[in-house]
Amino acid sequence: MDIPAVYTAYWPVVLAAAAALAFAVGTLAAWLLIAPRRPNAVKQEPYECGIPPLAPARIQISVKYYLVALLFLLFDMETMFILAWAITLREPELAGARFFLIGEMLVFIAFLAVGYLYAWRKGAFEWN
Amino acid sequence: MNEFLIYSLITIAKIGVVFGLVIGSVPVVVLAERKLLGWMQVRPGPNRVGPWGLLQTLVDAAKVFFKENIIPDGVEPLTYRLAPILVITPVLISASVIPFGPPVTIAGREITLAIADFDLSLLFFFAVATLSVYGIVLAGWSSNNKWSLMGGLRSSAQMFSYEITLSLSIVGILLTSGTFRLTAIAAQQAGGFWHWNMFLQPLGFVLFLLAAIAEVNRTPFDLPEAESELTGGFHTEYSGMRFVMFYMSEYSSVFVMSSVIATLFLGGYNPPFPYTFGTSWFDGAIGLFWLLAKIGALVFFFIWLRGTLPRLRYDELMMLGWKILLPLAFLNLIVTAILVALNWPGWVLGLTGVAALIVTDLVVSQILWRRRRAAG
Repeated sequence: MDIPAVYTAYWPVVLAAAAALAFAVGTLAAWLLIAPRRPNAVKQEPYECGIPPLAPARIQISVKYYLVALLFLLFDMETMFILAWAITLREPELAGARFFLIGEMLVFIAFLAVGYLYAWRKGAFEWN
Repeated sequence: MNEFLIYSLITIAKIGVVFGLVIGSVPVVVLAERKLLGWMQVRPGPNRVGPWGLLQTLVDAAKVFFKENIIPDGVEPLTYRLAPILVITPVLISASVIPFGPPVTIAGREITLAIADFDLSLLFFFAVATLSVYGIVLAGWSSNNKWSLMGGLRSSAQMFSYEITLSLSIVGILLTSGTFRLTAIAAQQAGGFWHWNMFLQPLGFVLFLLAAIAEVNRTPFDLPEAESELTGGFHTEYSGMRFVMFYMSEYSSVFVMSSVIATLFLGGYNPPFPYTFGTSWFDGAIGLFWLLAKIGALVFFFIWLRGTLPRLRYDELMMLGWKILLPLAFLNLIVTAILVALNWPGWVLGLTGVAALIVTDLVVSQILWRRRRAAG
């Protein structure tokens, strides 16, 4: 049985994931077996400092949170490119082109900086 | 008996040891935190159960097993039950790439002291560790409770904001080491403490440390569960073993994050003096000892911070992440890239980083002071 090295390197991760899931599910299942369950109306009430809940809990979410999510997507994508670039810079074959590569990255970051400054000026990082 | 089966069995044994270490660290860290916080606040801390309060967390854990299974009215039944599992699983999986010692040879077989060792292990760690945020958001949203919802939202926004700094601050290490492989990064730092990445990348180290504290929701960045504002945050409606899952994931992520900080910046399993590892099991144990010592020091540091610093306000938290740490991470990246391309020695890198830290501290404190004075 010959399995390519690529798969065998990642195989432990699959095993670890299965073990982690088994631990979480197993512990909860063992607890559910012995946990008592005696519900009553007051006990089941959502906690709101002791008073009956005033309104539905699923309130409208501030648009700020969506803004943060959008900015995160943008910057995280670009982080992926930078991480790959950082490894490439050390490739021995590209030793002569290092300053060219850094220049390219500076152009890339300059484009990003424009967007970043725009978001800053628009107040995307302000919370009131 | 083929190779693949043996390989799988060794891996399963390693998983048992590593998960045991991570989960077993939880009661120890919890007790250490309660004891140390007690002493910092001039009170004894837990001292009733067992000698010196040593059995306190074990008794607490046993008690939780007999707690009632409460599912409040109006929760989303599926996601409410799923969320604790989604929070603890990624933390455990992310522990699988940490090298706990140098490679050892047992019975003629070379064994890496990490569950998984592949080219992209550092990237894998970031990818998996962040998945916990799904569980937190789902817990907050499905609980039918305003506190939970706010806690879940705050948590996701905070993790998003600091995730970028976290992954950008390691670019310096990637540039100096040239690899994503955690075992290789740890091995490169052998030969005494002056070879540790911490001295090569002081700015990256501080940025990573701050972002890591924010990622694991520790004081001063513990807004997702700010108990004085949000009751319990995203786990307000959770009790019994489901609550313990959140609690465990929080403390085991402290352990896992500490071990990654130690591996990336503090030399990993290498002792602080020059030492050439052999391949016997004893050398593996020496490596494990030094890694655990560094993790212990970092955990103490986290507890110390909790005993010392007040919590940040939410707008301050966002400002720090987006307006200060993010530009600094970019600065670190560019300067490191140029110095690496110039092939200048490591101490130049280190001094540049320290200088950048000092300048940043002066500038930021000036700006904040002026602003505060203008506000009156």
